[in-house]
Amino acid sequence: MMNRKALDLWVGVFVAIGLGALLFLALKVGNLASFSAAETYLVKANFDNIGGLKKRAPVKSAGVVVGRVEDIVFDTENYEAMVAFSIEKRYEFPKDTSAKILTAGLLGEQYIGLAAGGDTAKLKGGDKLKITQSAVVLENLISQFLFNKAADGGKETK
Amino acid sequence: MNFAYDSRQILKGVNLNIRRGQVVAIMGLSGCGKTTLLRLIGGALRPTQGEVRVGGKSVAKLDHDELFALRRKMGMLFQFGALFTDMSCYDNVAFQMREHTDLPEELIADMVLMKLQAVGLRGAHHLMPSELSGGMARRVALARTTALDPMLIMYDEPFAGLDPVSMGVIGQLIRRLNDSLGATSIIVTHDVAEALQLVDYVYFMSDGQIVTQGTPDELRASDKPFVHQFVYGETDGPMPFHYPADDYGSDLNAREAA
Amino acid sequence: MSGLNGVLERLGGRATSSIHRLGFASRFLLLTLRNSGMCFRRFSLVIREIYFAGVLSLIIILVSGLFVGMVLGLQGYDTLVRYGSSSALGVLVALSLVRELGPVVAGLLFASRAGSAITAEIGLMKATEQLAAMEMMAVDPIARVIAPRFWAGVISMPLLAAMFSGMGVFGGYLVGVQLIGVDAGSFWSQMQDSVDFSEDILNGVIKSVVFGIAVTWIAVFEGYDAPPTAEGVSGATTRTVVTSSLSILALDFMLTAFMFRGA
Repeated sequence: MMNRKALDLWVGVFVAIGLGALLFLALKVGNLASFSAAETYLVKANFDNIGGLKKRAPVKSAGVVVGRVEDIVFDTENYEAMVAFSIEKRYEFPKDTSAKILTAGLLGEQYIGLAAGGDTAKLKGGDKLKITQSAVVLENLISQFLFNKAADGGKETK
Repeated sequence: MNFAYDSRQILKGVNLNIRRGQVVAIMGLSGCGKTTLLRLIGGALRPTQGEVRVGGKSVAKLDHDELFALRRKMGMLFQFGALFTDMSCYDNVAFQMREHTDLPEELIADMVLMKLQAVGLRGAHHLMPSELSGGMARRVALARTTALDPMLIMYDEPFAGLDPVSMGVIGQLIRRLNDSLGATSIIVTHDVAEALQLVDYVYFMSDGQIVTQGTPDELRASDKPFVHQFVYGETDGPMPFHYPADDYGSDLNAREAA
Repeated sequence: MSGLNGVLERLGGRATSSIHRLGFASRFLLLTLRNSGMCFRRFSLVIREIYFAGVLSLIIILVSGLFVGMVLGLQGYDTLVRYGSSSALGVLVALSLVRELGPVVAGLLFASRAGSAITAEIGLMKATEQLAAMEMMAVDPIARVIAPRFWAGVISMPLLAAMFSGMGVFGGYLVGVQLIGVDAGSFWSQMQDSVDFSEDILNGVIKSVVFGIAVTWIAVFEGYDAPPTAEGVSGATTRTVVTSSLSILALDFMLTAFMFRGA
């Protein structure tokens, strides 16, 4: 039987490599490094239609990720979707910031895009964004396109 | 110790009474239930009827902890030693001491070497079981079995497959250890010559029952044909040479005709 | 007609005996868990088994991981370049490995190398009466022999799977960036954007822990239950590898369906 010291050494090396691999995966391969312990504040916004927006979707402004979607619920008072998302504390936005649901690429995942307004007062935790634009729903787009086409055709034949 | 039992269909109506300090042999053909008997004593099996009592305690009625406490006072030598192949001889003998006592390593070292000295293998303590011959392995196993000075030692075919010298050595060791420890030994074997020289009393089993018992002299002088055949190694007698078959002549003719 | 009856009877008999065995195996697992106290008090027993199960599997895991990653790099590039998305190679390699190939392939390799060794070892100990001898010496073989091996397997599996995935990503990088010439920057940055810690990596780790439990449980049980003969032990070893492999694949499907449903 191998003597104890050599055994312990090899097992220690083994566990160290294993944990190292896990760390490598977490930091270099995954996105843990970018989002570990940033402090955030929670903000709400209502949308008519959230389209394909999901929890944990990014919140970007000017293309840079500034936060994450935390929760999506249906508001039974005014029959809209209420989205709660967190913004990193180091990014401050004016109170009249608008939120749009945009799509990454042509058919990619959806995210919230924030466009800053001009108000000097800043958003605080618990505030609600007033200006929102819903997601573009493909079916609506197509039916609108067809409708326009039909209208043009009608005008021509007249 | 005192016991009487009835168990499965392997053992029927077996009644045995072994006194402390004796070396007893249980003999019989293979498959007559000798090993089952040992396992009943060790508590690995429970009798379906009757009971097994060791040192006054009924084995089957003990709970887990009590059974383990009892087993520490018993030792069993398995047929081919059953040494732990992943440890050295030293570690094998030290096994029970390390598991059951809190003795410091220096003390354990002395005890291990003493036990190995008693079986004549102190010089081999660093070897691995795979490096030992059959006889040596069995001796180390004997040292391991007696490591904590048990009061009851059981041997399952201790002489099987050994050369004459090793057989003599093991036989001597069994007797010496038994007497020096003041223990009781039960030997299951079908090696008649060694056993009759060695033991105080013999039980004879056949087909799950005890057919005869007595001292070695009584057995040698016995006129029972079964005992006579076994003791003197006769090829034919109550235990027939031929496996049951049809008449020889008609068997041969039948094959030719076919 | 009686032939058909005979077949059905045998099938039924097989099925009931399989269920019987499953029940026995489950009780055995509970017994192992309950007797694990010694493992934590004398951790050196577990460490010894981690050496035999984990450390000795290192080479095969690392080499296989490297090759799998390299193949992923090659095949992945070949497919992606047709859609002009070769910069997503990092994403492809990383997600395939972390979510699926890492835990599954490492699990299969572990089952065939370490699982079969554990089964053979325990089966032989049973055949040479070492387990019975231990019991007669008032040492519970389940606590002393079985439980340490079980915990060693459960601990080693996730580590090995992580190593496999890590080596695989490295292999994909070697082939994709160094050999083929995909841009290193986009390789890593797209990968980091797409691989989520809790969704992908953590789920992969959970999978490998589940596989570790399954494989080691099967290996330990088959060894303990093996008939004490040469054919018995060899049959048990084969059964370990086959049953473990099938279990890994089945569990993988169930876990994947549960974890990555709708993402």
